[in-house]
Amino acid sequence: MTSPVIEVRNVWKSFKSVQAVKGIDLNIPKGQFTALLGPNGAGKTTLVEMIEGIQKPDEGEILITGKPWKGNQDELHRIIGLSLQETRFIDKLRVSETLMLFASFFNLGKERVNEVIELVGLEEKRKSYVVNLSGGQRQRLAIGIALINTPSILLLDEPTTGLDPNARREIWEILHKLKEMSETSMILTTHYMEEAENLCNYIVIMHNGVILREGTPYSLLTESRNLDDLFVSLTGRRINE
Amino acid sequence: MNSFFRFNQLWQITSALFREIIREPGVLFWGILFPILMSLGLGLAFTKKADTVRKIAVSRSSGIPGTGNSDLYKFLEMKCIKQQSGPKEDFTWQYELKDDKLGNTLFLFYELDWNEAMVMLKRGTVSLILESNNGKTEYHFDPVNADAELTYLKLRSVIGSGEVHYPENNSEIKPLTVTGTRYIDFLVPGLVTMGVMMSTMWGISYGLIEKRSKKLLRRLIATPMKKSQFLVAQITVRVIMNFIEALVLVVFALITFNMTIQGSITALILMFLAGNLAFAGIAVFVSSHTSNTEVGNGLINAVVMPMMILSGIFFSYQNFPDWSVSIIRALPLTMMTDGVRSIFNEGAGYSEVAVPALALSVIGMLFFSVGLKIFKWH
Repeated sequence: MTSPVIEVRNVWKSFKSVQAVKGIDLNIPKGQFTALLGPNGAGKTTLVEMIEGIQKPDEGEILITGKPWKGNQDELHRIIGLSLQETRFIDKLRVSETLMLFASFFNLGKERVNEVIELVGLEEKRKSYVVNLSGGQRQRLAIGIALINTPSILLLDEPTTGLDPNARREIWEILHKLKEMSETSMILTTHYMEEAENLCNYIVIMHNGVILREGTPYSLLTESRNLDDLFVSLTGRRINE
Repeated sequence: MNSFFRFNQLWQITSALFREIIREPGVLFWGILFPILMSLGLGLAFTKKADTVRKIAVSRSSGIPGTGNSDLYKFLEMKCIKQQSGPKEDFTWQYELKDDKLGNTLFLFYELDWNEAMVMLKRGTVSLILESNNGKTEYHFDPVNADAELTYLKLRSVIGSGEVHYPENNSEIKPLTVTGTRYIDFLVPGLVTMGVMMSTMWGISYGLIEKRSKKLLRRLIATPMKKSQFLVAQITVRVIMNFIEALVLVVFALITFNMTIQGSITALILMFLAGNLAFAGIAVFVSSHTSNTEVGNGLINAVVMPMMILSGIFFSYQNFPDWSVSIIRALPLTMMTDGVRSIFNEGAGYSEVAVPALALSVIGMLFFSVGLKIFKWH
């Protein structure tokens, strides 16, 4: 059995009086698309930001490809691609220039930028300023930036929140394409049931900083008619309430 | 290879930040055109003596107007031009005091009841009320009001005993128009240094706070980008912009106002770089923590406003109380302004500006080091 690419061991994190993550354990194997599913305030973003190395756990340990963040930052940044919730890039930079900027951090050039522009379907917008992009196009750009270094680990924090159904479907298509053509492991946070079900082969349901259930969509759906009902049976409320 | 990679990274960040600035049309106006307009406006206002209009109320409370035997009414009726008819609020007499050196002064006299005159004084329309009391002219004004005092001194010389002193014989007045002694020579170096401070503080501090609030800094540090390179790029772009803005303003002043740089140009560049370093360091320090742009506004204003007022940009700081002058001299903007001004107007070179340049550099490096240490990237 191969060792997991991401290991989260008994991780705790609090902000002032709020306990955001309470002793979470999680292993993500290579090539697995994992959804962290839960309502706002469940602790999804905090957990992902700790995996990203942006936040430090109060307790516990996080290993990426068997290595902790401390002392391995440069190496780990090179294998991770990420998209944060609501990141805004430089307004008056063109799409291609924005990608070029991020490509330069990985010593990559125009060739990779062109590949990514094609992958996220922004060919017609390559000369547009970021400020002039629609919400869906900006999110595709954010995913393009996350993919610029051909990451072996992709972390997407609510990549489709606030997008209309068409724009959401376009993002799904990009991620489906990625799933087919690479062995990237992905963690995606979402509060859309259909997104978790459609994109991911492993779902982790979180609420109030703890994991309530985890498993493949198939195994979870043996317990309930759908994920929404399962969430209600576990928490007594709907995910979008 | 590794150094080329680092250079390419720095180049890409610098060019991205540079594009961000130059693609904003407002930058061209506020950064380049506005300082020129300001120097043009202030320069013209203080180099060409325009005719001054002084409005004075004449109280008719004592005696019957126009028939009194007083010096005041003799002067008004005999020396002034009487307004024939017009709206009630218009002036009654006018008198022009010609002076080709100090500028002409046009006195407009409004004949009013005492109460009406007081209303005009309170509104600031007039600064002085004239009253004839038993044939003697009385001048009512606030002694703290310098403008009123000047009006009084000018009027007294022409009303007095009714004898008019024409100032054509003011041969004792020798106007100073030598380059380096005019107000514009004082002003332009100040505008250059103030531009450096404002542009650096707002450009770097506000830029960093805004990028933090947009989570862009957080996104950038989740890459192998070197953090110091990002800050170096931010400062480099700002120094280049400051240089362009200052150069345009100085060239404009040299051509339009016949200014000269009497001292060493390389010392001027040294002083300019030291000032940029000082304000860049302060800017990084100021923006090291907050992600709230409104708090950022307040912080930046708390740094720039006192210096803008105290550092002798528009008027000399020597007018402030003696105890405060040594404190004002220690402010970075004062150090930079004094240094740049001495190079422009007093022919200063390296030896004269070495100490302030060193002090500014040390201030910049100190603030930058502390700012970098406590800098919050997310």
